[in-house]
This record gives sequence, structure tokens and C-alpha cells, in this order.
Amino acid sequence: MKKRLYRIIIGGLAFITALTINLSITTKYEWLKILLFLISYLIVGGDIVKKAVKNIFRGSVFDENFLMTLATIGAFLIGEYPEGVVVMLFYQIGELFQSYAVDKSRKSIASLMDIRPDYAHVKRGEELVKVDPDEVHVGDIIIVKAGERIPLDGTVIEGYSLVDTSALTGESVPREIGPGSSVLSGCININGVITVEVTREYGESTVSKILDLVENASSKKSRSEQFITRFAGYYTPIVVGIALLLALLPPLLINGASFNDWFYRALSFLVVSCPCALVISIPLSFFGGIGGASRKGVLVKGGNYLEALAKTEIVVFDKTGTLTKGVFSAKEIIPENISKEELLEYAAYAESYSNHPISLSLKRAYGKEIDNKRISNVEEIPGHGISAIIDGKNVLVGNDKLMKKMNIPFVEKDSDGTVVHVAVDNKYAGHIVISDELKPDSAETIRKLKEANIRQTVMLTGDNRNVGLKVAKVLGIDKVYTDLLPGDKVEKLEELFQQKSPRGKLAFVGDGINDAPVLARADIGIAMGGLGSDAAIEAADVVIMTDEPYKIVTAMEISNKTLRIAYQNIVFAIGVKVAVLILSALGLTSMWAAIFADVGVTVLAVLNSSRTLQA
Amino acid sequence: MIQKFRLEGLECASCAAKMEKAINKIDGVKQATINFMTTRLVIEGEDEKMPSIIKEAEKIIKGIERDVVMKKL
Repeated sequence: MKKRLYRIIIGGLAFITALTINLSITTKYEWLKILLFLISYLIVGGDIVKKAVKNIFRGSVFDENFLMTLATIGAFLIGEYPEGVVVMLFYQIGELFQSYAVDKSRKSIASLMDIRPDYAHVKRGEELVKVDPDEVHVGDIIIVKAGERIPLDGTVIEGYSLVDTSALTGESVPREIGPGSSVLSGCININGVITVEVTREYGESTVSKILDLVENASSKKSRSEQFITRFAGYYTPIVVGIALLLALLPPLLINGASFNDWFYRALSFLVVSCPCALVISIPLSFFGGIGGASRKGVLVKGGNYLEALAKTEIVVFDKTGTLTKGVFSAKEIIPENISKEELLEYAAYAESYSNHPISLSLKRAYGKEIDNKRISNVEEIPGHGISAIIDGKNVLVGNDKLMKKMNIPFVEKDSDGTVVHVAVDNKYAGHIVISDELKPDSAETIRKLKEANIRQTVMLTGDNRNVGLKVAKVLGIDKVYTDLLPGDKVEKLEELFQQKSPRGKLAFVGDGINDAPVLARADIGIAMGGLGSDAAIEAADVVIMTDEPYKIVTAMEISNKTLRIAYQNIVFAIGVKVAVLILSALGLTSMWAAIFADVGVTVLAVLNSSRTLQA
Repeated sequence: MIQKFRLEGLECASCAAKMEKAINKIDGVKQATINFMTTRLVIEGEDEKMPSIIKEAEKIIKGIERDVVMKKL
């Protein structure tokens, strides 16, 4: 880059000298002026000419070096010496700016992905050795000091600390860790010293997976990128072809048309014939968008998905674990003829042998040790509930169906949660309502999606109708399908596909645990809570590292911004070039404008693209 | 088999696109991508043909942009 700069300065000075000679010396010294132009041309553009000649021997005709050389030598041949030098000079200045701009964006991308740990302190015997993370194996013990990046995934065996997960999740609140907590590579250990047992090799650890994903995202190209590649393939040959016609036809066909004049116009065509501005800036926009999203804890697996996000019409949500926390708790305890504590005690004891989320929530609500001696004859009645003998009493715990089956009179209750009835010695004893909690940002997410012109929001759930409808109503979801078995979800998705426009996209948001087929079927499969869950990372097209549904809105905003910038560049670059082409064909502009249309536009487009990096 | 390389000194985006196109045509290559911004080349190809693929790819790259150095990652 330095060498190029010096060449530009020296060549530029020689060029200015040549220009001033023009003013002060008589035509007798014309040859001296030409010589000076030639010298400045060679200083500035010698390397371009050299490359051009080499490439011709390799058979690449539409190479930009060749086209520039052709244009400038052409200018010399028709006596437009200053034009020839200026085009080369500006071209070089443009290249300089361009490599500077590219360099700068490369650096910001590198810093965006600067989550790669450089080393690990591993315990070898009594000694602590500093090694490359690649050389650490599963089961090794590593020490992570304050301020260091955690090099491999593992479990803390000693020490307490706070870790900063922001590089992976975009979440700025640090997480507390202590013995038994699992830690992920790429996070930063903030204060204490921790001893960690490694659970995954470096190549398998979170940080490698994330970096791999982001770096390989460019292999899945967006439609805009594909368009540009195709466009570039046609653009150069067409422009060069027109240039050729322009140089030959008018002088032959039109009376009095000067060859030099039309030749000059044709040369301007050659100068604008490179599609560089588009070829560099469009992929950069998308890559920047993907990088910016990963900074916010959203991994997008390809430019095509980033593009599709902006075209989403229908967003389908799974309920449990996506819009709700997936943690059940006892909301209401309504006893009849016994105390609240007794009611909860009977329920918790009856359910004590089950690991169902509802049973677990009852045990949590009860909060005391279960004394197994007080309970006997536990019998599960599938689809209904449980019967058991507790403290010598015959206890029934279950749903409406169980009460009806056992002919126990009770009041049917319309509730937004799961209702658990309890009967003691065939007498109704009350009920407990258990429900899942909504995530704090769920309602805001749905509201924002609607503002962003999402046509339809849909919720799929295996839960019962009452629960589903209530949640949908609170959140403002348009449509809800309840009582679904896992297999039914794909079927419902097929139905929904019929309701979108041909170019619109359907996104499905799930937790990635048992909805892999649905994630795969949707245009865009979005998995939540990807941090530490390989299944989710594998199955989805877009992975949200945290548990916040609001990140979907963030991802769509980034997608919109990226597309806006990409389109701006396409319209701007093609617009300026076409305008200059028309003006030069009409002879209304000079090669000076043409060279701006080439390099100036490229630099501006690259600078515009790099805005996506600050998503 | 997937092999990754860094292309040091890669300065021209349309050259990168040309390289990508040419490398994809090498016998035994399943997919090759060049990321201009990260200067990464990723080649996915048949195991036994990999050495010849790499040699051929290097020739292509040198042919298009002489100053690029291909480093294995």
C-alpha cells in the first residue's frame, strides 16, 4: 500500500509538471511535454500495464487491468495525453482507497469474531502448563484466571466467579458460577480463579462451533448475491462490446463523424466496464449483517436466511419453552373442607413418584421432604391421574376425567392452567391450578412483529385448549392450534404454508429439542436457547443463543437494515454507471467522470456496506 | 474431507469470485467457497484426490492474483 502511495505522489507530481509546461512553453517543445506525460503514466500505472500483459497470455481478456490499460493507451493514441494519465492516476487512487476500506472492514470483522481463545493453562501433574487449546483433552483440568477467556467447555470443580457471556449471547449481565456449573468456551472469566474439568475437545467446543458457523455462513448465498454474480458475468462483456461498436460504427455510418471523437467515447465505456463496486460491496453487506447479528447473540447460518428474515409473513411459535418459560408453578390452591397445606400435601405425596413437570411443580410448591412410609398402593391411571393410600386414606389426584370416572361431584373449572383435583376418601377436597409462566418479553415481541408487518402470528402447542387460548389472548397471537401431538405440528405447518404469498416466508420458532422436523420444514427454522445445546444449533437456520424471543425482532431489524444497504448499493452503483455510460455515448462527459463512476462508486459502496457491521 | 486455507494478500473481490468458480471445476471438488472478507478458502472434496486438488487450486490462485499466499489452517 505504501509503495502504491509513493508511486501516486511521484507520478502525480510529474503529471502536474507536464500540465504546467503546457502553459509556459511554445509548441517547439511539444515532444518534451508528451515525454513527461508518458513518464508520469509509467510511474503511476506501470504495474497495471505489466499485469495486463501477463494476463493476456493467460487468456483472461476482461480483466480490469487489461481494460484500464486499453483505455489509457487508447487515449494516448488519439492525443488525449492528460486523460490517459488522469484515468490511471484516479484508478490507482481509487484502488488505494478501496484496499484501505476493505482492510478496515476486515479488521472490524476480525474484532467481531475475536472470541477465539489463544491459550489454556492446563494442569499436568503438579505443574501448570500454558498450551494451545487444541492440545487439551476431555478430562484435563484447566485453570482460568480473572480476565481470561475460557478456552474450552467444561464443568467448574473449584472456585466462584462471574462470567461475561456477552460475546456469545449479546447479554451484558454477567452469570454467577461455582462448583458444578458448566462453563462455555468464549466467555470471559471476570473476577475469581476457577478450576475447570474439560468436557469437550476444542474442535467440538462452543466457541469453535460458533466461529465455524459464522465463517461458513457465506457459502449459502442470498438471492441478491447470486444476482450480482450473474450480473457481473454479463455486464463486462456487454459494455466492452458496446464500446467496440461505438468506436467502429458511427465513424463508418454517420457522415462527418470523427473517429477520434467516437473512439474517445468508447474508451470511457472501457473505464466503467468493471462491476467491482457490486462484487465487493454486496457480499460485504451480508457478511457484515451476519457478523453484527452474532454479536447480538443471533447466529444466522447464511446470507439466504438473513435475506429471508426480512420477507417473513407468518411467524409460528411453539409455546412451551419458547413463549413461556417451560417452568410450571402452582398458581392457585383452592381447598374444600380441608386446609391449603393439607391439600397441597396430599397432591404432592400422590405425585411423588412421577417426574412429570406438573408433579415436579407440586413437589416444589410443597417444599418439604416426602416421607415414603406414609404412602402406599400408588397406582397410575393413564390419562387420568393417580390413586394412592396416604396416611391410611384413599386419595385421588388427577384431572376432570378422573373425578367423573370415580363419580365424585365437583365444579368444573374454566382455567388458563392445568387443573389438578384432589379427592380424599371419595370426597372432593379441592383443586390446584398449575400454570407455566410467560417470558417477560413475549408480549412485546408479538407486538413488535405486528408493527413490522408480519401478517400472521400463530402458536402451536400440545397443551389443552383452555391454556392455549388464554396464552394466545394475553400475547395477542392471531391463531392458535392446541392439543397437538409432535407429528401434528408439521401437518399444521403445511396448512399455514397455503396461507402465505408465494414470495413470503414462514418462520418457525421453537426450542430445538423435539421440534427438529418442524424447524427443518419451515422456510426459516429459528431455535431458541442455543447456548450449549448442540441439537438446536444443528437443526435450525437461525439460532438464538439466549432464551429471549425478542431476539427474533432484533434479527429481523438487522435483516431489514442489511437488505436496505445492499439495495442502496445495487441501485447506486448500477445507476451511476448507466448514467455515465449514456452521457459518454452522447459525448456529454469526459473520461474523468467515467473513472469516478468506476472507483469512486466502489469506495462509497464499500463504506456504505461496512455500516452493516455496526448492527 | 474439508480443508481450510487463508489467502493472504487477497485484494480483489472479483478475482476471488473467479478463483472460487475455477476451483469448483477441479475434478473431485464437491464445494469450494472463498470468503473475500475473511480471506478464507474452504474446499470440500474427495479424500484421495485432496492433494491434487490443493495443488491445482494453488496454481489457479497464483494465476489470478500472483501475490496471494495460500496458507493451510
